[in-house]
Amino acid sequence: MRKISVENLTKVIRDMAIEASTIANPDLIDAIENAKSKEQSEVGKAVLNQLLENIEIARNEKTPICQDTGFTVIYMDVGQEVQFVGGDVNDAINNGVAKGYVEGFLRKSIVENPITDPKNTGNNTPAIIHTHIVPGDKVKITMLPKGGGSENMSRLKMMKPADGVEGIRDFVIETVSQAGGNPCPPTVIGVAIGGTFDYVAHLAKKAVTRKFGERNPNPKLAELEVEWLAAINKLGIGPAGLGGNTTSLDLFIEEFPRHIATFPVAVNIQCHAARVKTKTI
Amino acid sequence: MSIHITTPLDNETIKKLKIGDEVFISGTIYTARDAAHKKLVDLLNDNEALPFDPKGAVIFYVGPSPAQPGQAIGAAGPTTSYRMDPFVEDLLQVGIKGMIGKGSRSADVVTGLKNHCAVYFGATGGAAALLSKTIKKAEIIAFEELGPEAVRKLEVENMPLIVINDCTGKDLYIEGRKKWADQ
Repeated sequence: MRKISVENLTKVIRDMAIEASTIANPDLIDAIENAKSKEQSEVGKAVLNQLLENIEIARNEKTPICQDTGFTVIYMDVGQEVQFVGGDVNDAINNGVAKGYVEGFLRKSIVENPITDPKNTGNNTPAIIHTHIVPGDKVKITMLPKGGGSENMSRLKMMKPADGVEGIRDFVIETVSQAGGNPCPPTVIGVAIGGTFDYVAHLAKKAVTRKFGERNPNPKLAELEVEWLAAINKLGIGPAGLGGNTTSLDLFIEEFPRHIATFPVAVNIQCHAARVKTKTI
Repeated sequence: MSIHITTPLDNETIKKLKIGDEVFISGTIYTARDAAHKKLVDLLNDNEALPFDPKGAVIFYVGPSPAQPGQAIGAAGPTTSYRMDPFVEDLLQVGIKGMIGKGSRSADVVTGLKNHCAVYFGATGGAAALLSKTIKKAEIIAFEELGPEAVRKLEVENMPLIVINDCTGKDLYIEGRKKWADQ
């Protein structure tokens, strides 16, 4: 067994939280640059320029790219030969989030007891933690600080098997169309089909952690990703919703086996501040 | 068109603003979002004074991130506006003249802007580091317990905005999308 101290885990999570909110990934910058070169609306181009300038200011001043530094979603692929030592793993992760958000001047956006006694928790905890046991002796951590505005525009539908691919396509495009300028376009669209009511939403969210341009290995799904993205970019919503041909930067589809009676579909919308950090320890 | 305006806003200034105009706003503006709006409207319902003078005032829908040492404010971009729609009419009635946010408003809000001669500006969502550079001073003036949702008084210089809904009932989101659909 390889031993990993929870103290180390706390430190890694703290640093990732600060980095995720303040330093944009190169693939996001490339995706915005690429969109700018194709955008035909002058206002749309100006908005994309603002976003690039904003990313630059955030990096130089260690200021968050967006004030909504999100609900901290953490995916951990834990090697089955790893043993965490020195304390409770979940506490260690939440301590890391708390330290990152407090010491990094990030916004604390989490309200506990939403209907019984609403109160800001003051350190952005708890994080949403998904652990997955995998072979090996490493731990791969992916962090997605998820903003509320785009999350509010996400949808899930228990469709009928007879609805088929066309039904899903219409639901996805209708979701993006109804969202309009609300979720801070240009957005990233995560789509999942199959699994259960809860699992389909999980997969749709995880889909937005993919790198820009990374197509699904299944060529049929890869083709649908390109096709649906093109259809979305004809909606006219454009950067910041002001009109243009860049409504979404990318679209990722995940498929999972389904029950013979069900056809769950989830669409998770991610704003252009697509903050994803991955680290392996 | 590019226009420079200073708060508080009057009818004469607002009537000149048309959808799509690029506006640079300066002066004092106030922050309020979800929880603060509820509290502001509760005060009005109880016939109590608001924590700021609403006459000609502009409200910015934002919950900023904390300021680092040497900064006036942390990242400060707009939050989605539709959640504040149910509170707008009450605030327009006491003299609020402008709102800054992102995303579309309800038909009731658009009508309210027309009836009360007021304006809704869009700031670029997610351009929070860039927008914060135009905020020179920030001070909490009410509801400190709400943390990022507290009401702040901001001094801004040339904050870049765009007119989304003017006082004639027009909507830039609808017009912009119509122009670019199927292209």
